[in-house]
Amino acid sequence: MAKVAILNYIKRPSPIHELTGTTKLIFFIAWSVASMVTFDTRILICMLLIGAVIFRISQIKIRDISVVLGLAAVFLLLNNLFIYLFTPEYGVELYESRNVLFTIVGRYTVTAQQLFYHLNITLKVICVVPIALLFIACTDPSEFAASLARIGVSYRAGYAVSLALRYIPDVQREYRNISQAQQARGIDLSGKDKLFTRLKNSVAILLPLILSSLNRIETVSNAMELRGFGKEEKRTWYTRRRLERNDWLAIGFAVIILAVDMTVTFWDGSRYYNPFI
Amino acid sequence: MAEPIISFKDYGFQYMAQASPTLHHINLDIYPGEKVLIAGASGSGKSTIGSCVNGLIPYAYPGESTGELLVGGKDPAKESIFTMSQIVGTVLQDTDGQFIGLTVGEDIAFALENDCVPQDEMKRIVERTARLVDIDHHLEYAPHELSGGQKQRVSLAGVMVEQVEVLLFDEPLANLDPAAGRATIELIDEVQINTGAAVLIIEHRLEDVLWKNVDRIVLMDEGRIVADMYTKDFLTGDMLLKHGIREPLYLTALRYAGVPITKELEPQHVNSLQLSEKEKEQVRTWYQTSTIQVGAAHGAQELLRVENLSFGYTDQVMNLQNVSFSINEGEMVSIVGRNGAGKSTLAKLICGFEKPTAGKIYLEGKDLSGDTIKERAQRIGYVMQNPNQMISKPMIWDEVEMALMAGNMSPEERKERVEETLKICGLYPFRKWPVSALSYGQKKRVTIAGILVQRPRMIILDEPTAGQDYHHYTEIMEFLKELNGQGFTIVMITHDMHLMLEYTPRAIVFCEGELLADTTAAHVLNDPALVERANLKETSLYTLSMACGIEEPREFTKRFIAYEEAHRRG
Repeated sequence: MAKVAILNYIKRPSPIHELTGTTKLIFFIAWSVASMVTFDTRILICMLLIGAVIFRISQIKIRDISVVLGLAAVFLLLNNLFIYLFTPEYGVELYESRNVLFTIVGRYTVTAQQLFYHLNITLKVICVVPIALLFIACTDPSEFAASLARIGVSYRAGYAVSLALRYIPDVQREYRNISQAQQARGIDLSGKDKLFTRLKNSVAILLPLILSSLNRIETVSNAMELRGFGKEEKRTWYTRRRLERNDWLAIGFAVIILAVDMTVTFWDGSRYYNPFI
Repeated sequence: MAEPIISFKDYGFQYMAQASPTLHHINLDIYPGEKVLIAGASGSGKSTIGSCVNGLIPYAYPGESTGELLVGGKDPAKESIFTMSQIVGTVLQDTDGQFIGLTVGEDIAFALENDCVPQDEMKRIVERTARLVDIDHHLEYAPHELSGGQKQRVSLAGVMVEQVEVLLFDEPLANLDPAAGRATIELIDEVQINTGAAVLIIEHRLEDVLWKNVDRIVLMDEGRIVADMYTKDFLTGDMLLKHGIREPLYLTALRYAGVPITKELEPQHVNSLQLSEKEKEQVRTWYQTSTIQVGAAHGAQELLRVENLSFGYTDQVMNLQNVSFSINEGEMVSIVGRNGAGKSTLAKLICGFEKPTAGKIYLEGKDLSGDTIKERAQRIGYVMQNPNQMISKPMIWDEVEMALMAGNMSPEERKERVEETLKICGLYPFRKWPVSALSYGQKKRVTIAGILVQRPRMIILDEPTAGQDYHHYTEIMEFLKELNGQGFTIVMITHDMHLMLEYTPRAIVFCEGELLADTTAAHVLNDPALVERANLKETSLYTLSMACGIEEPREFTKRFIAYEEAHRRG
């Protein structure tokens, strides 16, 4: 099997890894809410620094997740570009002042307010993305379902996540095998053919893949039912761990971050920190 | 005698989507602690019996049933599948697909989790059960880190945590290499002795199951029970061949030698055979008088040459190491070895799906390194194990024509080529049919036709007969043999030892990425050291010939196969 690791669990000895999945899930949710709600630059910068420290502790290296980081960067850039193209004056509206730096063309002027708005957007993304990646890279997939169940998600839904994680590598392998065999029959998927031909050709791979996946689903669901899945309203979890001292500390920390975030953000009745007035 | 744990009384069943019943008038009692083999060709209804017992019928597969069925005193049609799962533990044939957990420990614990067993107790039970099936050192492993045999151990442990009264195995040997299959049969035997559960094995590979004692054999054909006998009695009859099941090889050999198979012979196992001096003499006489025709010599023209080939998916692990061999035009060769020995990797390298780390591959003396998958495919065809993984068009004609569409053939040329190919493959009468109307064996032909239409010099087939009963096996293999007779060079990746012995004069043996031997098929299985290292399994012919004092077991095997072939041809 070739390594197609783009984003997966990376096992390293670190205090972050040792936290239970539930803790990390709660932390991740609190963190996302905190950074989504606020447009307060001071808070975002603080969170960015805290995030960097957490990242450091986790022993995950930038290059482990470089592919996804790169993708995120591209999207961030596009996002910023489109915001500017469609609403070049949004910052002015928001911060109720207008300091023109220079003009590009026509109505596209560059204002300090607009730049500040973009800075905030960017900071928000930079705050969330690494923590999200860290959540995936540091949480043993076995714990996902158990953690979701703990915070109140139905275990059936939680197990669906777990099963997806279990079968993704199998389906990837199968896709590879089928596509190789079909290429050997003259189906070209590389860029040489016209788009329409390529689309048509990909059906030649997808059809067998879908049929075999349906087969797989039948086997799994039979195997699960034969072993009593869905019998009771609740179930216990082999991988669930008790919350330790560090877990409570981490959850407490998350709550504090969220609380401070909310307080500072809404102190003056607006989500936006405005240095211009 | 105690009450039967499973009792069918004049039972019949018809699947909802089917026009006629699959099971007719089944009368069968199975008692606690019994070990029963349910044998039968594909479509005989043996798997349906299994689904009736574990409650998948009617829970997952609805239909009409008649008569009466009680399992552990309960009627599966009236109980939930969960109630049934506490009585019957089922191990399915797909060792990969039924692995639900992300690790071994989780998978074993799955049923306990659903029962809301507290975690401490759950860990204890998992540990204890894992020890019973000897997988306790792998609790942290993910499924892809395990071999097929190990996965099967996990599945077995997963159903044993429930303290079930019946263990049901649905074709447990289908995906295993010979040695792993043998280990599975030993494990089932051991588990039964330890737990006292009734064991029901559904399987068509009779000889492999009989490696350990089986109390009774139930033979199915067309939805009816045609025999229900003690193993000894069963083997003395001539039920097997009539119903599409392969007889154990040693019994066939004894029959050829004119030794009558009687109960007194203890025919249930090759090691239990009680042959008198006279009978041994009969076998020796048969051996001395039977001759083999020397097969037609192959054109010595070299077709494929592999030189010092090495390959690893990662830098740390080499999947193939310094492999060299060559294959001549018109040959039919087996590539054998346990799962993960590097057989499939080799095929992928030859077809250009992967690039070798070192070494070269030559076709007709020309280096293939620079050729793309597409270019190689014109000369080397690759047929996947499961035809459903290849078929992507609804109509047979389109499916076969597909490979030609990319080239620049005129429509007339294409039509001619497809027709010719369909004729070679015996599919011409079906040319206007949809693929879905075909049987598994016929679909396999369609995929082979889809490859042959490119007129390759060589065809590589991955496990062409995996999971097929004797009838389909023979159908597919005779077809390949015919193709070989027409001059196509055929290379088969397989772990089926019968296949290798019967159809390919030559075998290349792999073990852990290394080429272990390149020799005659008969030699491979009669070299105990080689068998051991490559995780293969010697055939019962070897054991029989030794028991009869024949010094040359290899020669014995060869003559047996030649005799059998002459027989089959009439």
